[in-house]
Amino acid sequence: MMQATQERKTGVYLCGGCGIAEAVKLDTLEAVASKEYKVPTCRRHEFLCSDDGVKMIKADVAAGSVNQVVIGACSPRVNAERFQFDDTQVIRANLREQVAWCQPPGTDDTAMLAADQMRMAITEARKSSLPARHEGGPYSERILVVGGGVSGLTAAREAALSGHDVVLVEQSDQLGGHARRWSKRMPQRPPYAAPQDNDIDGLIAAVEADPRIELRRNCRVVKTAGGPGKFAITLSQDGAEHEVAIGAVVVATGWRPYDPNKLGHLGYGVSPDVVTSLALEDMLAKGSLKRNSDSRPAQNVAFVQCAGSRDPNHLPYCSSICCGVSIKQALQIREADPDSSVYVLYEELRTPGVAEEFYRAAQRAGVIFVKGSVKGVGADLTVTIDDALLGEEVPLAGLDLVVLATGMVPNSAGMIDGAQEQPAVPAADIDPMSPIAVAGYAAAPPPAPPRPPATQISVAGVPLLNLQYRQGPHLPILADGFADSHFICFPYETRRSGIYTCGPVRRPMDMAESAEDATGAVLKAIQAIRSVSEGRGLHPRSGDLSFPKIGLNTCTKCRRCSVECPFGAIDESPEGFPVVNASRCRRCGTCMGACPVRTISFDNYSVDMLTSMIKAVEVPDEDEEKPRVLVLACQNDAYPALDMAGIGRARMNAYVRTIPVRCMGSVSMLCISEAMSSGYDGVLLMGCKSGDDYQCHFVKGSAMAQERLAKVGETLKSMALEKERVQNIEVSIADAHKLPKILDDYLAVIDRIGLSPLKGFG
Amino acid sequence: MPGQAVESQVILVVGGGIAGITAAVEAAETGYDVVLLEKTASLGGRVAQLNRYFPKLCHPTCGLEINFQRLRGNARIKVFTMATLAGLSGARGRYKASVAVSPRHVNANCTACGDCAKASQTQVPNPFNYGMDKVSAAYLPHPMAYPMRYVVAPQVIGTPEADAIRAACKYGAIDLDEQPKTFELAVGAVIWAVGWQPYDAGKIQSYGYGRVANVITNVEMERLASPGGPTQGRIVRLSDGREAKRVALIQCAGSRDYNHLAYCSRICCLGSLKHAAYLREQYADAQVDIYYIDIRAHDKLESFYRKIKADPQVRFIKSKPASISAGENSDPILHGEDTLTRELYDRPYDLIVLATGMEPSAHGVTPALKLSTDDYGFVVPEIDEEAGIFAAGVAAGPLDVSMSVQSATAATLRAIRAVRTNGAAAHKGQA
Repeated sequence: MMQATQERKTGVYLCGGCGIAEAVKLDTLEAVASKEYKVPTCRRHEFLCSDDGVKMIKADVAAGSVNQVVIGACSPRVNAERFQFDDTQVIRANLREQVAWCQPPGTDDTAMLAADQMRMAITEARKSSLPARHEGGPYSERILVVGGGVSGLTAAREAALSGHDVVLVEQSDQLGGHARRWSKRMPQRPPYAAPQDNDIDGLIAAVEADPRIELRRNCRVVKTAGGPGKFAITLSQDGAEHEVAIGAVVVATGWRPYDPNKLGHLGYGVSPDVVTSLALEDMLAKGSLKRNSDSRPAQNVAFVQCAGSRDPNHLPYCSSICCGVSIKQALQIREADPDSSVYVLYEELRTPGVAEEFYRAAQRAGVIFVKGSVKGVGADLTVTIDDALLGEEVPLAGLDLVVLATGMVPNSAGMIDGAQEQPAVPAADIDPMSPIAVAGYAAAPPPAPPRPPATQISVAGVPLLNLQYRQGPHLPILADGFADSHFICFPYETRRSGIYTCGPVRRPMDMAESAEDATGAVLKAIQAIRSVSEGRGLHPRSGDLSFPKIGLNTCTKCRRCSVECPFGAIDESPEGFPVVNASRCRRCGTCMGACPVRTISFDNYSVDMLTSMIKAVEVPDEDEEKPRVLVLACQNDAYPALDMAGIGRARMNAYVRTIPVRCMGSVSMLCISEAMSSGYDGVLLMGCKSGDDYQCHFVKGSAMAQERLAKVGETLKSMALEKERVQNIEVSIADAHKLPKILDDYLAVIDRIGLSPLKGFG
Repeated sequence: MPGQAVESQVILVVGGGIAGITAAVEAAETGYDVVLLEKTASLGGRVAQLNRYFPKLCHPTCGLEINFQRLRGNARIKVFTMATLAGLSGARGRYKASVAVSPRHVNANCTACGDCAKASQTQVPNPFNYGMDKVSAAYLPHPMAYPMRYVVAPQVIGTPEADAIRAACKYGAIDLDEQPKTFELAVGAVIWAVGWQPYDAGKIQSYGYGRVANVITNVEMERLASPGGPTQGRIVRLSDGREAKRVALIQCAGSRDYNHLAYCSRICCLGSLKHAAYLREQYADAQVDIYYIDIRAHDKLESFYRKIKADPQVRFIKSKPASISAGENSDPILHGEDTLTRELYDRPYDLIVLATGMEPSAHGVTPALKLSTDDYGFVVPEIDEEAGIFAAGVAAGPLDVSMSVQSATAATLRAIRAVRTNGAAAHKGQA
């Protein structure tokens, strides 16, 4: 195994297949390895990924003559499973997709590019080692579930059935949450036409009877410290505090109905007979539908859909469940009283999937659906509708009851003693720049580092977990107030490792989907516990054993790393030094990119490694008139796009030298200044889209890079260089077809401003 | 099922779309061995064929790349492409799965160098682009294909061209004699993630799909808008290459209709809103008409709807169109009645896109699977942990990508529990 303490025995293996040998002379590349870099073992094969080729490498590894393998062949994106050797670090030089397949064969420029690919790869090997896993046990396998509604109960039950001990915390004295109030629920079984019995009591009983579940009612989380595998969580129950050791957390704090007092324009408050869906549910549970005002039976009922939802002045989103809920209640009313008249007043009727059958069942049962928007409700319950079909405002009179189908507000923050809304927490509470209370933290504030963009949104109310993290006590939320998640491809991923949200705190959803969501969240919780106990990183660099190490002797306590980490993985010691919580870390390297004194590094990824690779490239002298441009490409998107340009045999600019990076966030501005002082003519950062619709897999990485880049102008100025020499472009993985032009256009800029005056001084 | 021995802890995932891939990597990263079967030549399923996702308009290949990285690096996952589940016998913890593999005629030696494609003259319909263009008979399914391995189309097998293809390969990767084969696997649990297929638009007779020029489906629109598609991303008419600027998007083409699909397919409204965005991005003077019954943009997707609705060049017309006929200059003409104004319309368009729905995959549920389905072919959400077979993704209902991932992650937990050997009893529950 190649580790820091061992003698480094690098072997270089060149493949001549797939057009590589036709594009470049392998002799030249071998000379780079054996003569320039004095690599003792250097072999070639015309078909390296064949059994025979792999056997050749394996023999050297088995003989002990090689403990670090550099492969000059195809892209690291292919054949990773072929080129895998026990306890041996493998470095790939991309000679195929990014040389042979996108450059003319046999030219000097192609040869120079291929040689530089080898130089960079051998340098990468010299400056890195196989990562030694983080040892940080013991780890707890216990799962904390916060919230005792249908999501939380399901999560607790699923985790217990899967062999994990569970602590289930419910802030009230009753389990079941809102689900307890539903007399019936929406159908989940064919023919999906009738309200179904609510089995919440069965679920509560199963949880109560489960010996693996430690049930704590009237209980709150007071604070959460540590990280996945080793959370130390303080609970408060009956005036006493207990600390529990927890491996992972499932947050299932659910929702609350939108405050109807804000719906005066829909008649709430004009009459006691204008009620909310939940109030109607309580009436239905009693078995008879009577008016609040005079206890007369309510026969003529109108439902007002989107009461607060889909309204930029209230809830901008659709609460998803209200159409189904109103249909269910309408059917219950019609079934109890065939003489009743029930209207559903809607703008868009949303019964996705097989719920369409439920909608049809209501139509068959005589429920009247009216498309239009409600303009007002009078004291006599006359509803004025702007009827879409008639194209005019019409009154709907003679009603006994008006039901406002109010929407869902996520409990992304806790409330104080049942108050509906709390004023927003002072911004300082979640300002990443403000210190959090850490015992003994009394040092004078260090010099202010650059302020990160305000991507964190204020959360109203009490922090759910009260995280004792440098970046504040709240779980990050999205613009609509729901808990943050990478909501299309990886919906369970949050920015707080080992903490998974599920149910309506994440997105409006019904009981069935909440149960499904909770089950998935438990899988992720179990997976997180298992991964961190083996020292492996969590999504998206799943399985990565490397983690950031900080050299405290050179640390200036500038706090950039702890401030910029997208995952809140770095805290600060009372003395102000950064403290890495390896199990929270997602291995993106944003801390490394942030550090101005390059004292943060991974075993196999460091600023020293990157700058050495940059300097390994042979930059031609000015009189050769061959520019060199450094491209730092995001490994997940821009780099695959460059590969795909090659797969499509696009002709790419030969003056470009590309280094894949874990994330734009990991790019230190030192890489840029090193490149410029080494005589490169320009640097192009190719990262992912930032902003509201960000596509960065590490959420803030590309935004951080842009933020830092905004200041690179000063550095360039001090070097007497034009600011156009350093550019950032957002490249998506599907942009392969645009890349040849992007690079050519950039080289045209270099051509216009001229070669760097710093050539030959590096 | 107390006392029953678990003989195999392997989880078999059937279907390599987003649900199956998710289930495979989630199970493997939790420490379980997985066999993933995919019936086509590469993983990714319908998602790989999408140009972009709503509402972010980001690229599905971005998330797929991450998932492929997770797959590649994980020795616990074995992937079989061109493979289907032919039979299953036994019980939870000790199933025998029979796997049928169709010939790809290209073996693991393939480096994807492409020399075989150069030796091929025959052009075959490109399945990745729904047959809208052609590829060489030796082809890579698409540039991001995983595994990155070519396929030789059955059309040329037995011809001299096939011999030329074989001769062109330096790596001995072409196997023209490969026969369909079947092998057996011992597995403990099954995740059924066979996904969906677009409803056959030809069955909606009055819409003239396949008969009237320039009437296409929403999945074809995805390929048309994609840089890897038949027109390199230019939204033009296949009949004459003219830019498609006056476009009608027809919602519920098949869905919410007892004659076709009785249910709502959930994703088509958002899909069409996305198509409106593609058109408006491409042509400043595009005029898009969306014919709808209800626009179903649930939760945060509502904001995407609001954004598109604010565009004066996108009209929303509440109507279920009656028919489409062929007009002059290959312009299809849409006929119907506006539900709100009662106005009858006969409007010519450059292009009409039918938002066809999702039908559970024709892969079908084999009786051996012990899964019960509803009238539409979706697996009903009764979780039978004793059987150890769990549906995930669209096999369980018309879901969007995010919900499919949720569903697959939940199914993974159930499957893991089914193959655990240390304790926890199986239970019956419901989703």
